[in-house]
Amino acid sequence: MTSLVVTAKDVVADGVVALTLARPDGGRLPDWTPGAHVDLTLDSGATRQYSLCGDRWDPSSYRVAVLREPDGRGGSQYVHDVLRPGDTVGLGGPRNHFPLAPAPRYRFVAGGIGVTPLLPMIAAAEVLGADHALLYGGRRRASMAFLDELPADRTTVVPQDERGLLPLASWLGTVDEGTVVYACGPGPLLDAVAALVPAARLRTERFTTTEVAAPVRDEPFTVELARSGTTLTVDASVSVLEAMRRAGATTLSSCERGTCGTCETTVLAGVPDHRDQVLADHERAAGDCMLPCVSRAASDHLVLDL
Amino acid sequence: MTTSSTTPVTHVDPFSVEVLTDPLPFQAALRDAGPVQYLAAHDLYAMGRYAEVRAALTDWQRFCSSAGVGLSNFRREKPWRPPSLLLEADPPHHDAPRRVLSAILGPRALRRWRDQWFAAAVEHVDALLGTGGRPVEVDGMTALAEAFPLRVFPDAVGIAREGREHLLPYGEYLFNAFGPHNELVAAGAVHAGEHAAWVNAQCARETLADEGFGADIWAAADRGDLTAEQAPLVVRSLLSAGVDTTVHGLGWVLHGLATHPDQWAHYRSEPSRRRVCFDEAVRWGSPVQTFFRTAEVDVPIGDTVVPEGAKILMYLGSANHDPRHWDEPARFDLHRDPSGHVGFGFGLHQCVGQHVARLEADALLAALADQVERIEPAGDPVRRANNSMREWASLPLRLHPR
Repeated sequence: MTSLVVTAKDVVADGVVALTLARPDGGRLPDWTPGAHVDLTLDSGATRQYSLCGDRWDPSSYRVAVLREPDGRGGSQYVHDVLRPGDTVGLGGPRNHFPLAPAPRYRFVAGGIGVTPLLPMIAAAEVLGADHALLYGGRRRASMAFLDELPADRTTVVPQDERGLLPLASWLGTVDEGTVVYACGPGPLLDAVAALVPAARLRTERFTTTEVAAPVRDEPFTVELARSGTTLTVDASVSVLEAMRRAGATTLSSCERGTCGTCETTVLAGVPDHRDQVLADHERAAGDCMLPCVSRAASDHLVLDL
Repeated sequence: MTTSSTTPVTHVDPFSVEVLTDPLPFQAALRDAGPVQYLAAHDLYAMGRYAEVRAALTDWQRFCSSAGVGLSNFRREKPWRPPSLLLEADPPHHDAPRRVLSAILGPRALRRWRDQWFAAAVEHVDALLGTGGRPVEVDGMTALAEAFPLRVFPDAVGIAREGREHLLPYGEYLFNAFGPHNELVAAGAVHAGEHAAWVNAQCARETLADEGFGADIWAAADRGDLTAEQAPLVVRSLLSAGVDTTVHGLGWVLHGLATHPDQWAHYRSEPSRRRVCFDEAVRWGSPVQTFFRTAEVDVPIGDTVVPEGAKILMYLGSANHDPRHWDEPARFDLHRDPSGHVGFGFGLHQCVGQHVARLEADALLAALADQVERIEPAGDPVRRANNSMREWASLPLRLHPR
C-alpha cells in the first residue's frame, strides 16, 4: 500500500488543520488536477476522502485540510487529536469527480471547509486567464481557512456572525452562457445555489459522510490466477502486480500508479479494493476488473483471469 | 548558447538521413557520453538514458510542452499549425482535453469496438490470403500496417470516406515538422497545407458521423467538459497522432515477427505472450523516436545545468534500448516484460490512444495467427527517413497460410 508521511500539521483556522503529506523518500507524488480528492487511511482504521488543496506545481507534497466534526465518525477527531508529524497514512487515488470545466468565466461559491477543492481551481482560473470570483461563507471569520491565500480583489468573505447568510442571488446576478458556477459546501447551501443557477452551468460537490465502499485491509490475501492455476499470497509490502510478476505471470503495465489503465485485469471472484484513478464509480461497483498496480483486495481471496 | 565545460558535446546531426535511418549507433554514443549531451548542430540538449528520459517525461513542472514538443520554440517562432491542446499544452490548459479524451479512448470504452475490429481483421487477412492455400507475397506496410488501421480507425472517429488519402501524408509531415527545417520538411511542405486543410475540415461537428470518437468529443463539448472551440482541435489530435504512429508500430511488430520465426511460434502457441507482443515491438522499434521539451527553469542533470528556455530532446528510442535498464535491448523477445517502456512516452502526456493502438494490433495479429503458419521476409525491407519516427517504407513479406 502506498503510504505517505505527515510532514506538517498546521492549524489554519478554528477547528481546521492542514496536513502536508509526502512520500517517505521525498519522491514525486502522483499528479492531480483541481477538484481531485485522495482517500486517506488512518491508523484508526478509518478511510476518509479529502480534497487536495495544495500547489500542483510542487510534485513532492500534498495538502489537505480537515475540519473537526464532533458529530462525525471519529476520522476528523483522530486527525486533530492523535495524528502527528512523522506519522504515516495510507493513500488511495488521487481521483477527480469535480473537475474544472473550461469556461471564460467562473463563479465559485464556498461554504466553510468546502473552500478546499476550490483553492486549486482558483489558482487554475488565474493561470487560464479566466474571469473568476469567489463568494466564501463561514460561521465566523476565525473559522474560515485560507483567507490569506485568496486573491482579495476577487473574493467576497461573508462570516455569518458579521454579515449573515451568503447573498447568493445578488452576488451571482444573472448567470449567463459563458459562466460556470462551482459550489462546494453543506447541502442546504448547494440547494440554494441550485435554485438560482441553471443545471448545465452548475457543478457542485457535496461534502458527504458516506463510507468509502471497500473495507481496507492490511492483512495478507491470496490471489488465484485462474488460467495458470497459480495461487499467491500478497502481503502489505508488495503490490498485486508485483506479486504476480514474481510468480511468473505475464503482466503488462506502464505507469504503475493507477493512471494509465494498461494493467487492467478481469476479476472473476472476490472483492477488489480499488485505489486507481481510472475506473468510474459504476465500474468500481461492478467489481469485475481492477488495476493491480495499485488496487488490492477487500476480501480474503481474489481470482483473476490470468 | 554556452555550456559548462563538463557537458559532453557532439557535432553529429541526429536529423541527418544517415542517423535517422540507422539511429542505434548514435543512440549508443549519446547514452555513453552521459545523462545529457549538448548537440551543437542544433543548439540543444539531448537525453538518451532510460532513467533520465523517463524522469524528465514525468516532470512536467520543469520540462514543459507548451513551448512545442519539436525543435521549434513556440515562444520565439510561430508554429506551423495551431498548437495541439494535448501534446503542446501544459496544465492547467491540458487538463480538460486530456480528461475527455482519456475517457473516450480508455480500455473499457473501447470494448464496444473490439468484436467489430477483430471481425474486420479476419476479413482483411482472408482477402489477402485468397483461397489458393499457397504462400502469398505482400508488402507488409501497405497491405497490413497501413491498410488495417485505415480500415478501422477513421470509421471509429467518424470522418468522411472521401479524402482519407490525406491522413498518412499529413501525419508524415507533422512528425517531420517536429524536427529541424531540413530537406524532409521542405519536401513535405509542398502539400502540407492541403493535407492540413482536409484534416481540419473533418473535425467539424457537422462533418462527423453521429457515432464514434469524434461525436463523443462533441458530446463532451455539449456537456460543458470542453468548449466548442476546443472540440475540433481535440478531434484533430486523433487524426494527427492516431494514424501514422499505429501504422509504424504495426510495421515494427510485423518486421519483428517475420525476422524472428521463433517469436511468431511463441505468439501462436502461447496466448499469454499476446498481451506483451505489441508493446515489445513498440519498445524494440520505438516508432516514435523523439520528442522535445523546454526547460522551464535551470535544470541540473548530472554535471550539466540545462538552462531555462533550452530545448531538450528526449530520445525515447534510445531509452528503450538502454542496456542500463534493459537486458539485451536489441533482442525482440516476447518473453521479456516490456512494462515501463517509453515508446508511448510517459507521465502526463503519455499516449492517450495507446489502448486503441493495442486493440488494433491485437485484432490484426490474432487474425494472422489464426490463418498464417509462417511469416517470412520476401525481400529487403526499405527504410524511410522521418525526423521523429523510425519507419519502414516497405516490408516485403511472404505469408504461408495454415
